Amino acid sequence: MQVPDDLKYSESHEWIRSDAGIGTVGITDYAQDSLGDIVFLELPQAGASFQQGETIGVVESVKTVSDILAPVGGEITEVNSALQTSPELVNKDPYGSGWLFRIRLVNSDEIASLLSSSDYRARIEK
Amino acid sequence: MTEFGGWKMPVYYSSIVEEHRAVRNQVGIFDISHMGQIEVSGPAVKGWLNRILSNNVDRLTIGQGQYTFMLNDRGGVIDDLIVYRRHDHQFFLVVNAANIEEDFVWMQKSLSEGVTLLDCSSLFAAIAIQGPRSAELMADFGELPARNHIRDLKIAECSTMIARTGYTGEDGFELFFPAGLGPFVWNRLLDLGKALGVRPCGLGSRDTLRIEACYPLNGSDLSQDRTPLEAGLSSFVDLEKGEFIGREALWVQKKAGVKQRLSALKAIVKSPPFRPHYSLLSGGGRIGELTSGTQSPTLGVGIGLGYLDADFARPGQKVEIEIRGRKYGANVEKKPLYKKAT
Repeated sequence: MQVPDDLKYSESHEWIRSDAGIGTVGITDYAQDSLGDIVFLELPQAGASFQQGETIGVVESVKTVSDILAPVGGEITEVNSALQTSPELVNKDPYGSGWLFRIRLVNSDEIASLLSSSDYRARIEK
Repeated sequence: MTEFGGWKMPVYYSSIVEEHRAVRNQVGIFDISHMGQIEVSGPAVKGWLNRILSNNVDRLTIGQGQYTFMLNDRGGVIDDLIVYRRHDHQFFLVVNAANIEEDFVWMQKSLSEGVTLLDCSSLFAAIAIQGPRSAELMADFGELPARNHIRDLKIAECSTMIARTGYTGEDGFELFFPAGLGPFVWNRLLDLGKALGVRPCGLGSRDTLRIEACYPLNGSDLSQDRTPLEAGLSSFVDLEKGEFIGREALWVQKKAGVKQRLSALKAIVKSPPFRPHYSLLSGGGRIGELTSGTQSPTLGVGIGLGYLDADFARPGQKVEIEIRGRKYGANVEKKPLYKKAT
C-alpha cells in the first residue's frame, strides 16, 4: 500500500499536498483499493467553501458509495475535470493524475492536525 | 471477502469490471458451492413436484431442466430454482443458498406418500463456467449437454454432473461434484483455461452480469410478496396443468391484471450507478423503485430492474430516477439490457 511521505492524511483516507496555501487533495491508495473500480465522482464546484471534515463530494465504485470529506477548510480553486470521463484514474494513480480538487486553505494550522505518513500507515495496518 | 447467504465469498478476485469483461469476451469461472441441491424421487414424484412448483415437469424429458418457482399460497415467490429430470422418477433441484433450509422445510411439510427428499447440498461443490469460450474450456470433459440439459460426467474417477445453464446471459455450464474435489477441479479449470484467458470471478461480476441479462435475484427482485406474473416471468408458470400451491392467487391476479411490473431501466444521461431502493418518478410522482441496480460494465451507464406502476412499465417509457436528491433521466427498456450479437 503506497503512503507517500511528503503528504498529510485524514482519518477518512484523504491525502493533501500543500504548496503556498493551496492544497491538492485526493483519496489514498488504501481507499481506492478498498473501493474497487471507481465509476463515478461527485466533486465540488470551484468557488464553493467548506469546513474541515465537511462532506465535499462522493466517490462511487461498482459496489459502493463513499463520502469524500474536506481534510482542511477553505475555498475550492480547481477540480480535476479529467475524472468526468476517466474516473479510473483515481484507481490507477491516486496520488498523481487521480487528484480530485485544489483548495485554498483558510487556516494553515489545520494541516498540522492531520496524520503524518507514518501515523496513517499505522492506522491502515491496524 | 463478504458474507453471502451464510458463506464467506469473494466480491472479486482482481476487479469486478475485469471479471465481467472476461465472461463477456472469453470465459470466467465462479465458485457456486454455496448453492443448494435437493434430490427428489419416488413413484409419486412427478405429480408431487407439479403441486409444489409453478412450471410443468411433465414437459421434461430425461436429462432436461426447467426454471421454476416454489410459491406460497399468495402466489409469492419462496424461491426460484432449476429442476432437472435425471431419471423417470428422480429429479435434481438446484436452489438458492440463502433459501436451502427454508425450501427443504417447506417441502417436508408438504410431503406426501411415494416421495422421498434428500438435501445433498453439503455433499456437492459447484462451479459455474460462463462465457463464449466455455465449451472450449470444457472440451476435455467429454460430451457436453445441450442448453438446459444435464448429464453425468466423470472427473478424477468421481461421478459428477454437468448442466448447460447459467446466470450471465452467455453460453455456459454448471458443474456439480463431490465437495472434496473442489480445489482440484477449480485449479484444473484455471490451468486448462490459461490459453483462453480464463478468470476467476466473484459475486460483484456475478451481479453485474445477471443484471445486464435481466435475471432476477430472489430476495431483491423476487420475494414472498411478489408473484412471477408481476416479475414478467409467467412463461415459467403453467396455470393449465392442474392444482399447485399459489395457483388460485395467480388466477385472480391474472384476471385483474398486475398493478406493478418488473421493468428494465437504463440511464439516458450520465449518472451515478443505479442501486437498489432508488426511487423512480414520473411527473414528480413516485411510480416505483429499483430492486436491483449497478453501473453496467458493458454499456457504461447505470442499469437496473425495478417494479413500476403498470401504466409506466412499457419499453420506451421515460422515467426519472432519484439519486441522492437529484433526478436523472432513464428509459424503460426491453429485456434483456444486453444481448449477444449473433
